[in-house]
Amino acid sequence: MGLLTDLRDSISRAVDRMFSAEEPKRIGIYGPPNAGKTTLANRITRDWTGDAVGPESHIPHETRRARRKEDVTIERNGRTVTIDVVDTPGVTTKVDYKEFLDHDMEKEDAVRRSREATEGVAEAMHWLREDVDGVIYVLDSTEDPFTQVNTMLIGIIESRDLPVLIFANKIDLDDANIQRISNAFPQHETVPLSALEGDNMDEVYEKIAEYFG
Amino acid sequence: MPEATQPDSDGVQIDLISGARMEGLTSMEKIRLILDGVRDGNIVILEEGLSPDEESKLIEVTMTEISPDEFNGIEIETYPKSGASDQSFLDRLMGRESAQKLTVIGPANQIETLHKDETLISALVSRR
Repeated sequence: MGLLTDLRDSISRAVDRMFSAEEPKRIGIYGPPNAGKTTLANRITRDWTGDAVGPESHIPHETRRARRKEDVTIERNGRTVTIDVVDTPGVTTKVDYKEFLDHDMEKEDAVRRSREATEGVAEAMHWLREDVDGVIYVLDSTEDPFTQVNTMLIGIIESRDLPVLIFANKIDLDDANIQRISNAFPQHETVPLSALEGDNMDEVYEKIAEYFG
Repeated sequence: MPEATQPDSDGVQIDLISGARMEGLTSMEKIRLILDGVRDGNIVILEEGLSPDEESKLIEVTMTEISPDEFNGIEIETYPKSGASDQSFLDRLMGRESAQKLTVIGPANQIETLHKDETLISALVSRR
C-alpha cells in the first residue's frame, strides 16, 4: 500500500506542476445590470491582491468595458488556483438613455452613457463566446431570476460547456430569496453571498477553488 | 417580410415565422430577418427559436443598432428551460442543438412581459 500511496502522491505532484505551468484560467463575472458583479470582482481581487478592479455604483451600467485583473491566486483547503478575474458589463437586450435621466444626469451624459453601455454589452457577449474559460453568474437574490436575459445567458454558457457557478448576491437584504434562484437553475450549484458585506466569502472561495482549480 | 402587404398604420403587425422558413438561413440572415421586422415595429414570433449561439449574436447585433430616440433594443421571450438535461452530451457533440422553442421578439418600447413561467408567456403589445 505504501508503494501505491507514494505512486499516487507522485502523480498528484506531477499533475499539480503541469497545471501550475498552465496559463491562468479567465473567469468571467456575468449577470444582469446591478447584480453586484463589480462589487464581487473588487471583493475577490482586494482579498487576494489588495487592488480593486473598478468603480461600483447603484446606477445601472457603471461598468461599460470588460476589465481583467490578472493572476489572482486563491488558496483554500490546501488547493491553490490562479485565475484572471474578468468583470463584464451587465447584459441586457435594451438600453434607453431616459433611464439615466432619473439618476440626475444631463441628456448629453445619459446618451453617452447609453452608447457606451451598448458597446459594453456587445463586448461582454464577445468575451463569452471567445475568451473566457469559466463563468461566475451573479444574480441579485431580491429579484426574480426568471428573466429572459438569465435564461438566454445560462443557455449560452451551457452550450459552450463552460463551468459555471451561480452566485446569489445581496443576501444581507431583507427580501433576499436564495431558494428562488436555486429553483430557477437546479442544474447548477448556487452559492449565497453578500459581496458588499463580505458574507459567506469562505464558501465562495472554496467553490471557486473547487470549480476552476 | 417581403411578401407581406403594408398594414394599416393603427395596427400592430405580427409575423409568425415557421421553422421551415428559418431552416435554410445562415445565423446572420436569421438575425437580419428578425431585427428588420422588429425595427419596423412588428412582433416576430419564431416557431422554433434560435440556437444559444444565435441568441448571443442577436444580443450583440441589437446593441450595435440601438440609437437614442429611435431604437431602444428588443424584448425577447421564450419559455424558461427546465435544465440542460434535455439535451445529451452526444447531441451537443454532434451539433444537434435542440433550439426548438417558441420565441417572441418585439421592440422594447412596444412589448411588455406581464407573466412568464415554464408553460405560459403573457405579454402586452402596444402601438408605437
